[in-house]
Amino acid sequence: MSRFVERHPAWALIVIIAVAILLWLIFAVWPPGLEEAVGRKRVFLNAVFNGITLGGLYFLVASGFTLIFGLMRNVNLAHGSLYLFGGYVGYAISTATGSWVLSFIVAFILTALVGVLLQLIVFRRMEGQDLRQTMVTIGLSIVFADLMLWACGGDFYQVQTPNWLIGPVELPLITAIKSSGEPVYLRYPMVRLVIFAASVIIGVAMWLALNRTRIGMIIRAGVDDRDILAATGVRIQLVFVLVFAFGAGLAGMAGVVGGTFQSLSPGEDIRFLLASLVVVIVGGMGSIPGAALGALIIGLAEQLGSVYIPTYAIVVTFLIMVLVLAIRPQGLLARR
Amino acid sequence: MSKCSVGLLALSSLFLSGAAIAQEKIKVGVTATLEGTYTVLGEDGMRGHQTALNVLGKKIGDKELEFIVASTDATPDSAVRAVRKLIEQDKVQILLSPLSGDEGIAVKNFAKTHPELTFINAASGAQETTYVDPAPNFFRYNMDGAQWQVGLGKYAYDEKKYRKIATVGEDYSFIYTQVFGLVLEFCGAGGQVTNRQWVPLGTKDFASVIAALPDDVDAIYLGLGGADAVNFLNQYQQAGGKAHLMGGSIMIDQTILSSKGNAKNALVGTIAASGQADTWEDPGWQKFVKAYQDAFPPNKRFPSPSLLATNYYDSTMALILALREVNGDLSDNQSKFKAALAKIEIDAPNGKIKLDANRQAIGTNFVTEVVDDGKGALFSKVVKVIPNVNQTLGYDPAVFSKIGLPSRTVPECKKY
Repeated sequence: MSRFVERHPAWALIVIIAVAILLWLIFAVWPPGLEEAVGRKRVFLNAVFNGITLGGLYFLVASGFTLIFGLMRNVNLAHGSLYLFGGYVGYAISTATGSWVLSFIVAFILTALVGVLLQLIVFRRMEGQDLRQTMVTIGLSIVFADLMLWACGGDFYQVQTPNWLIGPVELPLITAIKSSGEPVYLRYPMVRLVIFAASVIIGVAMWLALNRTRIGMIIRAGVDDRDILAATGVRIQLVFVLVFAFGAGLAGMAGVVGGTFQSLSPGEDIRFLLASLVVVIVGGMGSIPGAALGALIIGLAEQLGSVYIPTYAIVVTFLIMVLVLAIRPQGLLARR
Repeated sequence: MSKCSVGLLALSSLFLSGAAIAQEKIKVGVTATLEGTYTVLGEDGMRGHQTALNVLGKKIGDKELEFIVASTDATPDSAVRAVRKLIEQDKVQILLSPLSGDEGIAVKNFAKTHPELTFINAASGAQETTYVDPAPNFFRYNMDGAQWQVGLGKYAYDEKKYRKIATVGEDYSFIYTQVFGLVLEFCGAGGQVTNRQWVPLGTKDFASVIAALPDDVDAIYLGLGGADAVNFLNQYQQAGGKAHLMGGSIMIDQTILSSKGNAKNALVGTIAASGQADTWEDPGWQKFVKAYQDAFPPNKRFPSPSLLATNYYDSTMALILALREVNGDLSDNQSKFKAALAKIEIDAPNGKIKLDANRQAIGTNFVTEVVDDGKGALFSKVVKVIPNVNQTLGYDPAVFSKIGLPSRTVPECKKY
């Protein structure tokens, strides 16, 4: 951090000012002139919060993707199918047992198993052959999509939100002052806050596991130099399987999350594959903090875009991607 | 070795069976949105198509109809690609296509490059398709989005006493046409439309859109369909939304009313208008519903056919009846068939349908209200039936043409 400030004082200043303005926009009561110029504060706050929570969902999907890529150099284009599969599993479990939490666990385990099978049956046979892997995973994603369409139909599925999560909560953020002088607080859907908190916890846990544990050390070493790691006697294939299973399981869990606050239907697999591609391209392939930053940027851009420039909302995310590719092609937080 | 001989045997039997059916075939290409946001709509459309074949049969004199299905995803280029493939690769002679608004405009324009073939619109409902520069070989037996909203604006103003409304709709031609019909009537009655929000087709996260909905309106009109509508309702419920709702024709439809989960319950009591009403007591409608229900097991269909199923049923019906009238004669660039299509009047389940000079349907419209049948299933209940709705919505054509074409901001909220 301090090195960044030393090396790029101008950029650091811009970032600090931007953060300060954002904090002011969030916490201060907006003067009437500003409300007239850009609309009500409630709308702005909601868009920001939605962007952050959507970023949480994107992070869950993209972190698995980036982890697998970082370690194995596998571009797993069937990642979106794992997301959708996890969502359908979660739906089946939550309707059968009525338990929302259980659906996460089962979705994680089953998708992780699919991930293990993928690694053992498909990827191990074509290690290091990027083009073949890409073609095979595209093919697999099409096959999976059709199998799921056959099994589940084209219907929309929604994982039932548990009762204690339905409805809004009041946050201690003032959106406006009534004429009587009484402050109006922001009301925000409970379920999105819980999901966001969960993704932050998962993100931090992953960071800690990668940076503070032995297995994390092995994985990081594998990212840096696979061959030397294998030469030191680590059972690299086992590490690959575990990482693949974990990444796939995360995608499956994200499917349940997506099924809860959006919906599951054919086509979602491609959408989330695309989203995680954009996120890791912006954040930097193979970097967990990069995935977090990328997810946050894309989530915010989508939501703020849909409110303030609805016509061009779709373009914004791709514009960001183009900008990043032009200025910093390795991604914002990539090491190499 | 044995594998190989089995394969050969299978191949030769294929050829033999091909030779056995020497009967002449008429090839018809069908497109439906079997992928993307509108998948459910496409699937139910195909069920309606199948129901029509069950009821009417595939025989045209001594010829037999053969149907080839291609999938699209509601974008115009996917529709043109599918139609081109059907014509160039499968050599179809007649097309039953497409399903969605923007697709309709693209296919109509494409139809002009194949004047020898016949295009029967399956379900698309953008106004422009038949109103602006229509193709002489493109026939539409369903009404357009604006016709499907007739009655809703007046009902909302007079009966529900709504004075100010806001709209949220998907950003494409069909929903423009729906909002066009609504605004024209509602503002004509004296109401105000304060805000029109447009979201891209395929939007998943509506939370910010929901937050931006105005508070000071009596009702919010939703012009959404397919997965978008379900996502909106789900997030609307999570955000604790309580406003009165009004719905477009593919919003208040079995595709949404029978979606899984409980978000749809926000729709109970919502008023809407469409080319059909689930609980209409007309015997023709009831017979169609029965035929639809008998054709598929309950878990492979909706409790009652959706608007798409009805549209596909109607267009397939027009195709078969007109072909029978000319006894399958497609000679002379299908001119006899086209003439028969232009003047045929079909007794469709959702009311009689005939075509105007632009080959656009004049039909019956329904104002509805969503009710719970007591067992958790939602249906649209008839409130009002309006027969003989034409494309200019009863306006003088000269006045109507001054309003302009449906778009994000047209028509203005005033009395024309």
